[in-house]
Amino acid sequence: MRRIRQSFDEQLAQLDQDLLKMGAFVAEMLANAMQALVEHDVSLAREVIAADDVADEMDLGIEQQCMRLLALQQPMAQDLRTIGTVMKVIADVERIGDYSVDIARTAITLAETEYFKPLVDIPKMADMVREMLSEALQALVNRDLDLVSQVVAEDDAIDKMWYGLLDEIQEIMQQRPEVITQAVPLLLVARYLERIADHIVNVAERVSYMETGRLETLAPSHRAD
Amino acid sequence: MFYGDFQAIKEVTIAVPARRITALIGPSGCGKSSFLRCLNRMNDVIEGARVEGDVLLDGRNIYDSRTDVVELRKRVGMVFQRPNPFPVSIYANVAYGPRLHGIPDRSRLDAIVEKSLRAAALWDEVKDKLRQTATELSGGQQQRLCIARVLAVEPEVVLMDEPCSALDPTATFRIEELMTELMADYTIIIVTHNMYQASRVSQFTGFFLLGELIEYDHTPKIFENPQDQRTDDYVRGRFG
Repeated sequence: MRRIRQSFDEQLAQLDQDLLKMGAFVAEMLANAMQALVEHDVSLAREVIAADDVADEMDLGIEQQCMRLLALQQPMAQDLRTIGTVMKVIADVERIGDYSVDIARTAITLAETEYFKPLVDIPKMADMVREMLSEALQALVNRDLDLVSQVVAEDDAIDKMWYGLLDEIQEIMQQRPEVITQAVPLLLVARYLERIADHIVNVAERVSYMETGRLETLAPSHRAD
Repeated sequence: MFYGDFQAIKEVTIAVPARRITALIGPSGCGKSSFLRCLNRMNDVIEGARVEGDVLLDGRNIYDSRTDVVELRKRVGMVFQRPNPFPVSIYANVAYGPRLHGIPDRSRLDAIVEKSLRAAALWDEVKDKLRQTATELSGGQQQRLCIARVLAVEPEVVLMDEPCSALDPTATFRIEELMTELMADYTIIIVTHNMYQASRVSQFTGFFLLGELIEYDHTPKIFENPQDQRTDDYVRGRFG
């Protein structure tokens, strides 16, 4: 015998799956954008830019599905919070796709430039950010509040890296003004990564709301716009 | 509250705020309608029914032996599931209560009838046919007439037992809108099977299950973030 509201449960589970798929897609956009930047790979950078249309379609598709469930299923309590959470989270994930495109564009701009130093910290920061994204989405589908806390703590580490890079690159620019034209775009990439981490904290905050019903800022100093 | 040996409602403590709409929800047989009937002693007329505990209205226990039950039901009116107008004219339906309470004066009755029908958002539809038999009105109009009939005796509290369950969606929304208007002057308690109706119209919601009041809180809290798992299961439609 079917459970009460089984088809609605299945549609809610499908939302989780679609969101995970979108998250994985955007994480790959970010990975490719970073690879394009490090390896001066223009064609890979162009792939990332083209992929953004797909990410946008996923965003709209999930939002449409949420609207339909709100209209047709009259969700309440946990179900309502889940759908509200997914609608907010896709906006953050979509924004991460946009930042990946910004990084890919930077890769194209710097394609012919030999870097003034090997890129080490920025790719490391990107790896950490991708791990955070994966954890935040896992936290969402598994309703895991421990992972939420972990993501928030990791954001502190990202912030420290960003400030470290800011100091370091500023110093280099003062000493070697001739590298400013590549140092500024690279500094911006570090800034994009720091912003991506803030969007991931937003995702974590929504998971916390979904589970506890309390809307609160978990990392007050790190709010994304 | 008992029906013979069967305890239908167990140790319910609830503070109903004045001039607000309080909704009582819960599955069939949970005791919400029995509880509503305790509030104006409608259970008195049911054989074998008895009530323990107090129901305080302005600090006085309505189950006190000195309570005048007719006077109580004037102060605490009731609207039922099926519109039940008397098979007389629209005018006579509304004037029935005031006449019973000793107002014979024609011009005063006219004023009460108009005021009550206006308050029940029915005046414009019936003002030219007050002598028409009430049973010729549509279901939604009949229910608003029943509300006008309750309002005509100037109650303080209006109890509504599934007032929209026999009505179509448009008539239902009309009644809901009317309830919101009436809230300025009356304390309304509504029992409803339709939890979406509870979420739309009420400020406070109580969830009953097997004769117990499981949770009672502000309506948004009950429907967004209830504290009891049983409430959560019920409002999400996962009950049973």
